[in-house]
Amino acid sequence: MLAYIGRRALLAVFTVWAISALAFAIIQLPPGDYVTSYIAQMASMGSVVSDEEAQNLRIQYGLGQPIYVQYLKWMELVVQGDFGFSMEWRRPVTEVIGDRLWLTVVVSVAALLLTWVLALPIGIYSAVRQYSVGDYVATFIGFIGLAVPNFLLALVILYLGFTLFNAHIGGLFTPELQDAPWSQAKVWDLFKHLPIPALILGLAGTAQQIRIMRANLLDELRKPYVVTARSKGLSEARVILKYPVRLALNPFASTIGYTLPYIVSGSIIVSIVLGLPTVGPLLLKALIAQDMFLAGTIVLLLGVMTVIGTLISDILLVWVDPRIRLEDT
Amino acid sequence: MDCGTPPIPMDVRTATQTLLSVRNLKTYFPQDEGTVKAVDGVTFDLYPGATLGIVGESGCGKSVTARSILRIVDRPGRIVDGEIHFRRPTTNGGAGQTVDLTKLEPNGPEMRAIRGAEIALIFQEPMSSFSPVHSVGNQIIEAILLHQQVSRRDARDKTIEMLQRVGVSSPEARVDQLASQLSGGLRQRAMIAMALSCHPTLLIADEPTTALDVTTQTQILELMRQLQREDGMAIMLITHDLGVVAEMATDVAVMYLGRVVEQAPVDAIFHAPQHPYTRALLRSIPRMRARSRARLTPIVGAVPHPYDRPSGCPFHPRCADFMAGTCDRRAPSLRPVGDQHTVSCFLYE
Repeated sequence: MLAYIGRRALLAVFTVWAISALAFAIIQLPPGDYVTSYIAQMASMGSVVSDEEAQNLRIQYGLGQPIYVQYLKWMELVVQGDFGFSMEWRRPVTEVIGDRLWLTVVVSVAALLLTWVLALPIGIYSAVRQYSVGDYVATFIGFIGLAVPNFLLALVILYLGFTLFNAHIGGLFTPELQDAPWSQAKVWDLFKHLPIPALILGLAGTAQQIRIMRANLLDELRKPYVVTARSKGLSEARVILKYPVRLALNPFASTIGYTLPYIVSGSIIVSIVLGLPTVGPLLLKALIAQDMFLAGTIVLLLGVMTVIGTLISDILLVWVDPRIRLEDT
Repeated sequence: MDCGTPPIPMDVRTATQTLLSVRNLKTYFPQDEGTVKAVDGVTFDLYPGATLGIVGESGCGKSVTARSILRIVDRPGRIVDGEIHFRRPTTNGGAGQTVDLTKLEPNGPEMRAIRGAEIALIFQEPMSSFSPVHSVGNQIIEAILLHQQVSRRDARDKTIEMLQRVGVSSPEARVDQLASQLSGGLRQRAMIAMALSCHPTLLIADEPTTALDVTTQTQILELMRQLQREDGMAIMLITHDLGVVAEMATDVAVMYLGRVVEQAPVDAIFHAPQHPYTRALLRSIPRMRARSRARLTPIVGAVPHPYDRPSGCPFHPRCADFMAGTCDRRAPSLRPVGDQHTVSCFLYE
């Protein structure tokens, strides 16, 4: 089992390296080097970059040297937490991204948890009571959830919230706390604002997962080991939860990895509609403005998050399905 | 462990009451296309410590009968008529009160107390009848904990002891293994260990050896006989293999299209079969002492489609002794033709 996790971790490191190369390529894409555009940018702001300063920057980024040296120099800075300078925002990238990365993680994880909390029981119910009224209702709502674009849902909820309750639903914080430093009150405020974005972002996923759970469980329910469990005299709930549900969970565990980035990239429009301070809208703006250090950094960070998510789901899978452990021994 | 209970001699059985008495059991599966009458009036008796072989072609309702007794018929199937009288054991091992299993809630506490503890089931697929992600031991311990007031540690010890009894080598290690790590024969042994872990008075074995090779098959049958001698339980052995029946059974019930067409002690079935279907079935199996070029006689025709059951006696379209105007009009019922020998055929009415 350790060998299995070790191999997965090694693959993860390799993947992160590949993603970093990709992010570097994105940064290299626009014509001219970084320092030239930096000087132009500074000039447009009215300040002058001295020749000495420009030279220091060139040395720091290894400009003029072979591309792999430039890459290594950039990686060196990245590892130290220096992601470069955002042309668009005229501030270091770290400052621009700031809390947004963590807020993105919080919103994504909340959406994922909500998806599971809703999808698992509904999916189990749908399978166990196949073709019942409840199953049809769940199926109907599920397909609606799949078919309605989530930004539309966001608009509808905003509208309803405003007209019916005169409530401002957008954002993750009340305006007074928006720029306040982190405090217990602000965390609680975030917690209160989280359910609606999480629900909107998670709805399509929930619908999909209900269908997956239902289909998986229907397959498993027909297996002989369910009859064995039943013939022991176990209660029906225990039969179903201990045996077929456990096996039907496998695909769930293996989808966490790609669900996380899906929520992030799928959340751009919703984030704009709801005014969520996540990295999604930032990435969109950076790409439009060709703000390459910012874009490259976000791609890098999202990539790393995806890899971490996949690693987590691989480890979860070992826990859920002991047969995987055996394949190594 | 309370080993060494002597088997009940054959001649005592008239004095003993039946352990399981199935009367006119009907289990139907309503489908969109029509109703499948999987079990359509099954009647048989099973005595304590005896082995009843239930024989018949695929799809004749053998397995559904077994599941009806355990009340674990899959939806949409349900018991629509009939009675299943089961004599529950008392705590001191004597014969207790009978209950009609069809009157119990399938998932109610009384049925669940019987299921697994007093009536146990083993079946054909030793591979898929264990959960692939739980250890074999976990699944046996679960059964013991459910029906007996013992600690988890004691249940584990009992499980290892039981695995040892059914001939699993190094049970201390096997107990923590997954079913996929065991061979087919070992899996079926573990399955038997699980079924017998709570000392049932009735073991239903649904084609227990069909998926095994011949050598393993013999070993498993021998094991079942040995455990029956030691524990004194009755076995209801479902099979389509007449060889297995000849080897194991004390009594035989022959089923055709959801009905028992003949029930008799094993010798009478093999040496004096009465029903045309039983006779045809016996003619269709090879014999060791037959002439070397003798041809086997297959039963003409095929089992009818479940939605299209023949009128009258369900066997009449394939029957060599078909009597027009009688067999296709009315359905015969089981009648005694000899000592403990009943047949459902107009030839004997």
